Amino acid sequence: MSAEAAYKKVFGRPESLKDTYTHYCPGCGHSIAHRLVAECLDELGLREETIGVPPVGCAVLAYNYFNFDMVEAPHGRALAVATGIKRAKPEKFVLTYQGDGDLAAIGTAETIHAANRGEEISTIFINNAIYGMTGGQMAPTTILGQEATTAPGGRDPKLHGRPIDISLMISHCEGVVYIERCSLASLKHIRQAKKAVKKCFQVQIDRLGFAMVEMLSPCPTNWKLSPKDAWTWVNEVMVKTYPLGVIKDTTGYK
Amino acid sequence: MAAEKKAKGKIKIDRERCKGCRLCIEVCPNLRIEVDDTLNKKGYLPARFREEVKEDEKGCTGCAQCATVCPEVAIEVYRAK
Amino acid sequence: MRGSHVVGEAAVRAGCRFYAGYPITPQNELPEYLSGRMLEVGGTFIQGESEIASINMVLGAASAGIRAMTSSSSPGIALKQEGISYMAGQELPGVVINMMRGGPGLGNIAPSGADYFQATRGGGNGDYRTPVLAPAGCQELADMTFVAFDLADKYRTPVMILGDGLMGQVMEPVVFPDPLDVESLPKKEWALTGCKGREPRAIFSMLLNVNILYQHNLHLQEKYDEIAAKEQRWETATADEADLLVVAYGTPARIAESAIEELREEGISAGLFRPITLWPYPTIPLRHLAAKIGKVAVFEFSMGQMLEDVILAVGDRAEIFFHGVPGGVVPTPSDVAQFLRSALKGDGKVGRRIET
Repeated sequence: MSAEAAYKKVFGRPESLKDTYTHYCPGCGHSIAHRLVAECLDELGLREETIGVPPVGCAVLAYNYFNFDMVEAPHGRALAVATGIKRAKPEKFVLTYQGDGDLAAIGTAETIHAANRGEEISTIFINNAIYGMTGGQMAPTTILGQEATTAPGGRDPKLHGRPIDISLMISHCEGVVYIERCSLASLKHIRQAKKAVKKCFQVQIDRLGFAMVEMLSPCPTNWKLSPKDAWTWVNEVMVKTYPLGVIKDTTGYK
Repeated sequence: MAAEKKAKGKIKIDRERCKGCRLCIEVCPNLRIEVDDTLNKKGYLPARFREEVKEDEKGCTGCAQCATVCPEVAIEVYRAK
Repeated sequence: MRGSHVVGEAAVRAGCRFYAGYPITPQNELPEYLSGRMLEVGGTFIQGESEIASINMVLGAASAGIRAMTSSSSPGIALKQEGISYMAGQELPGVVINMMRGGPGLGNIAPSGADYFQATRGGGNGDYRTPVLAPAGCQELADMTFVAFDLADKYRTPVMILGDGLMGQVMEPVVFPDPLDVESLPKKEWALTGCKGREPRAIFSMLLNVNILYQHNLHLQEKYDEIAAKEQRWETATADEADLLVVAYGTPARIAESAIEELREEGISAGLFRPITLWPYPTIPLRHLAAKIGKVAVFEFSMGQMLEDVILAVGDRAEIFFHGVPGGVVPTPSDVAQFLRSALKGDGKVGRRIET
């Protein structure tokens, strides 16, 4: 029976993602985000020209999963390292893939200035509102009232300050061409996130300037929720602090 | 052999890659995925494709919603030609 | 040509095509020079937003296979230590220029030698060594810049050039080596160039498996042993019949030369041992010479940092005297001659005898 021949594959692992087991938790947004990045690189034919910079954070081992050249950066410095690569080799496609601590705490200066200079770099910003790799400490994007190991009882504005909206902050820089905030917490949102990633990459191809996609990303382990409930928390709670949508778009794309 | 209605689609789940997050089960419109009752090597109860379509059920359409949400790229999706 | 400009010109001629740095006195002339010169050769100049950003930009450019350089002065070099440690662990080449100034902390902008420990004893975390070159004037600044880039590429390591605020500012005649043809430099088979036609490469220093990190550290140490065996540089002057061996590097060595001249006119014979690599320190050559002469006078712009390497080298094979001038004070040759006379007499009037 040639049942196999009667079907064609419509979904599988993208070329830009290695065929390997990841260490990410069940239901983690990283794995989905990795796949979206990989699919977009495949569709744009960029894999062999790509040089990526992973963060320090849960995705520190991203070079074991992404199937293209990567160089580790010290915590927070990914956009400085990426600037060095892109300026040295402008014909390459350079991306950073960073978490909220990497991009919006220790790396704040590097983030703002790379964006402000309009570096032709694509940044994927994974916002899970917590420090995952180190076990659940407060992140710059932890929302008010949210529990964290260094904010027992929940984030209190008087004790811990308020969550930062780095995407909004850097959108004021003229060098920033496109920022969209997406979510990885529903089918519809994952599809929209992929569109945003592709547009973000197109900005670098067209040499327009700096572009970033922020993705609200479920973290079942550190939020102490099931994957399904983590989705709910993003969709019903997190988006109130971090509303989805286009934050800046001067691309002129239709 | 029961008459085989050729399904519009089918999926292959890599049970050793699956971490049992069950998001695929959440998004499948036709209840084509269930939780396996035997552990995989990592100790998860993985998702399992329900190939057999019961009387009042719909079969797999190859919509790929499961694969779209799967964090592990553990699902391959096939559609009938 | 001014010292800071010399480094910039030499770097460009040595094939450097990427510079990132942040303004800090007394080396601002270097980024200012390169902001124009680098563009002339089709390279990249970036004024980074901080010293931290700058060393990381160098890390990135180096990972892409480009000869890359950053520069700063003492407190700014403190900021770069994380990047230097990463580059050491990742085995990335790069050149770091430190025009030393008074410290600790913000200190002042006058010349100093108080970053010797920082340069030669790590500064960043982990088991690594950084080759450190100590030129003593503008010609050597030019020559050592070429050497720095070659050592960095050959051994896949960051390399530091230790100058000071005085050296960066003085103007001296320089003969530059001919410019290198960048295309003719050896290809870097490990560099990130996009994975066309090959497996992807990853450059990283994190090795969670303890056995793997153990082996990596052994590998790094083998490299450092090779550098120590092959790349020591030093100079000796008039040391054969000397009554006293002066040990100094950089600007203090230039002052000591004049002090030695002054003593020669009085009929006192003093020699100079001038290390040019501070790591690897020319320990054995110094040991032999010190043992022969029997009396060593160490002079540096610090409270006694190279002194410790001298003690390690010499031990009790010779009497050791030390005079350290911190804080950016630059003594005259006559001042230093006073120290040398005091050392010869052993009267403790200038400087002190070191118990070994």
